[in-house]
Amino acid sequence: MSLTMKDLDTGATNTWCPGCGNFAILMTVKQALIQLGLNPSQVVAVSGIGCHGKTTDYLKVNTFHVIHGRVLPAATAIKLANHGLTVLGFAGDGDAFNIGMGHFPHAARRNVNMAYIVHDNLIYGLTTGQASPTSRQGLVTKTTPRGSAEPGVNPLTQSLTGGATFVARTFAGEAKHMTEVLKRAITHRGFAVVDVLQPCVTFNRVNTYEFYKQRVRKLEEEGHDEGDFEAAYRRAQEWGDVIPIGVFYVEERPTYEDGFPALAGGPLVGQPLSRDLSGLMAEFK
Amino acid sequence: MKCKGLRDDTVSVVIGGEAGQGISRSGELLGKALMRCGFHCYGTMDYPSLIRGGHNFYQLRASSRPVYSQTPYADVLIALNRESVGLHLGSMNAGGGVIHDERDALEEGLGRDRGINLYPVPLTDIVKELGGPDIMRNTVALGAASALIGLDAGTLKQVVAETFEGREKIIKMNEDAIQRGYTYVAGQDYGFGCCLESGERPRGQWLTGNDAIALGAMAAGCKFYSAYPMTPASPLLHYFASHDKAGGTVAIQTESEIAAAMMAIGASYAGIRSMTGTSGGGFSLMTESLSLAAMSETPLVVMLGQRPGPSTGLATYSAQGDLLFAVYGAHGEFQRIVVAPGDVDECFYLAAEAFNLAERFQIPVILLTDKTLVESNQTTDAFDLSRVSIDRGKLVESWEGPGEYLRYRDDEDGVSPRAFPGAEGILVPANSNEHLENGLSTSSSEAVAKMVDKRFRKAQHIRAAVEGLQPIRVYGDKRPRVTLVGWGGTKGPALEALGMLRDDGVKARFVQVVFMEPFPGGLEKYLKGTCVLFEDNRSAQLGTLIRLNTGYAFKHVGLRYDGRPFNPGEIRDRVLEVLG
Repeated sequence: MSLTMKDLDTGATNTWCPGCGNFAILMTVKQALIQLGLNPSQVVAVSGIGCHGKTTDYLKVNTFHVIHGRVLPAATAIKLANHGLTVLGFAGDGDAFNIGMGHFPHAARRNVNMAYIVHDNLIYGLTTGQASPTSRQGLVTKTTPRGSAEPGVNPLTQSLTGGATFVARTFAGEAKHMTEVLKRAITHRGFAVVDVLQPCVTFNRVNTYEFYKQRVRKLEEEGHDEGDFEAAYRRAQEWGDVIPIGVFYVEERPTYEDGFPALAGGPLVGQPLSRDLSGLMAEFK
Repeated sequence: MKCKGLRDDTVSVVIGGEAGQGISRSGELLGKALMRCGFHCYGTMDYPSLIRGGHNFYQLRASSRPVYSQTPYADVLIALNRESVGLHLGSMNAGGGVIHDERDALEEGLGRDRGINLYPVPLTDIVKELGGPDIMRNTVALGAASALIGLDAGTLKQVVAETFEGREKIIKMNEDAIQRGYTYVAGQDYGFGCCLESGERPRGQWLTGNDAIALGAMAAGCKFYSAYPMTPASPLLHYFASHDKAGGTVAIQTESEIAAAMMAIGASYAGIRSMTGTSGGGFSLMTESLSLAAMSETPLVVMLGQRPGPSTGLATYSAQGDLLFAVYGAHGEFQRIVVAPGDVDECFYLAAEAFNLAERFQIPVILLTDKTLVESNQTTDAFDLSRVSIDRGKLVESWEGPGEYLRYRDDEDGVSPRAFPGAEGILVPANSNEHLENGLSTSSSEAVAKMVDKRFRKAQHIRAAVEGLQPIRVYGDKRPRVTLVGWGGTKGPALEALGMLRDDGVKARFVQVVFMEPFPGGLEKYLKGTCVLFEDNRSAQLGTLIRLNTGYAFKHVGLRYDGRPFNPGEIRDRVLEVLG
């Protein structure tokens, strides 16, 4: 019997604001899992802190809701412990690019075999409207009353220079596009970053659905070579009248788990705990 | 086997020089050779935090009886530079010998007033003749020292050859270096008068606390070690990294201690026995994750090797200043275990047991050590693997009901059934938010109190488990005139002090507190008569814990907080001072 949307619903009452972009992300993640035919018991979702963090309360797979900014190290280890699992990391823009930024380039260069889905609303929502690292310069928030003086972090160029092997952006107002991008990210062998432009209907009055609808252009419709790093980097810097979405860059490279001899014989979790210690102990004789 | 010394039954060799001269390695090799000849050995390294230059020294003691500690005295000094002679001559026993490079042209008659003999050896010239690297001077010096103390050069050659296994040219060169040094001094027909008798059988092994912890973790089935380099825990990371194939383990040098703790937690959630290790500064970064392990009830083992703080402090020295931090550090109220081994045997068996405790109770377990303990070598009998058992606690592999699988089921003993992601028919939640039995977040007053109570109900079971592991260990006289109290790396010098006090005619015992949290019961019965507390910290932190848990306040303490471990003689002197 095939999986339905209802099977992936925990039944928890959803507390996101009506119209929040997170609904679309949750829905399309479920659709992607169904369309890929994945078994929920073989999927682990790790989430951080912020509005996005509630995803693990709403998505019925194995879940670990960790602390702020620490999705990546937890997800990395889960994948190494059992590389048979499909690992999805969910983070907000604050989670990923402020407090968790110290982990980001490392997960990227290691090419951890997982999808990292960033709910990027360019604002802090759950803490009621402070500036985020992706807030655009000039954005007025509770902590930037004269408009943010800081240029925003660009998740895409960060991903590219970090060494991510799948770099994409999609928009919560384009459900079908998002599902397709997510499916590719989940099946990509390596570290796949999906930056999701996700309007915060309560605290961000600038980067709204309307704002994005007027600006987003699909790379695949405009013609783009996903294997061309320089073209990807060029397009990733565009943010103005045109905001490109789609898959910017794809590269095949050995994944993190490929480098550990202990994993060659199968997932670590399946290997017996007791081992012959005589060789190890002999070193001290 | 016999060995020559100056006095009593112990010979003490100090190897001094600059960082980068292979001092630690030399000391370890000499110790291994002496162990093979049947001696009990103890070796420790004193080094500042730098890579080249500065002054480093290794002290090795070999004895016909067990030795547990460094002392300030040396019978033989191997001085790899001139500076070492000046720094160590004053603490040499009368009649001792100094092996130094002929090129250092020491002042004629230096130390003669105290009966100290100089043994100039052409260390540099011999190495040049052999065509070896400069660092091989220490191998020549080891050969010379062997002759001086009557150690068989063949054993030393064998030990050195094993280190360079497969590299025949280097082995040959080192063997020649040992022989040349040996012959040079033996030819002078000096040597010490006293004979040390070794034991009847070779000692089993020669290793550091870090080595023992690594083996304990391996024996317990630990398969994942994530850490950020930090003295004195780095050797654990080196061990796991260099034995990943042999041990079937994953070792990761992480981007930070936060990542190290989070990776250990992630691996544990996914079903792997995992561990991280650090020192105080790194543990500070780990505390938020420690609290996550507690809330999500994910087993976690952390090795916290103490060094002096605050802040960077003395990066390569020793302290016991993080005891209360280990017991109380991290936000929120939760159960944890803090266990402090005091020698290499305890490092092994308690490290192995730490994994059982962490999994049985689904809590963080902190293995609290110090630089002296984890970086010093000791001889001991081979570890008895039959004493290590693996108990993973309440695990479910599949779920057939009744009802749905509840990761945080409100069981009587507070411990809920654990499952790993990937198990068919089970979905495994873990949550940093307060949660319901099914793992979903909640803020309901009733549900929150219920879950806090569930976690706290583990307390009595944790306590019972700890009480079964000899949380208080007592050594020495059964009807003592004075009781010494201490923990961790202070155990070694305290045990040696007991022997010295016995020789002084003072009946004494040493009470070692091994488990710090939960604090073991029954300590009161030992706190009778004159008691002296010894700790490597300024504020007597164990004293604070003892007062909090028993009401007993120490009148007498011996505290050292200069980054160095106690010498047995200091402990003896302080006890005699207290006794008046």
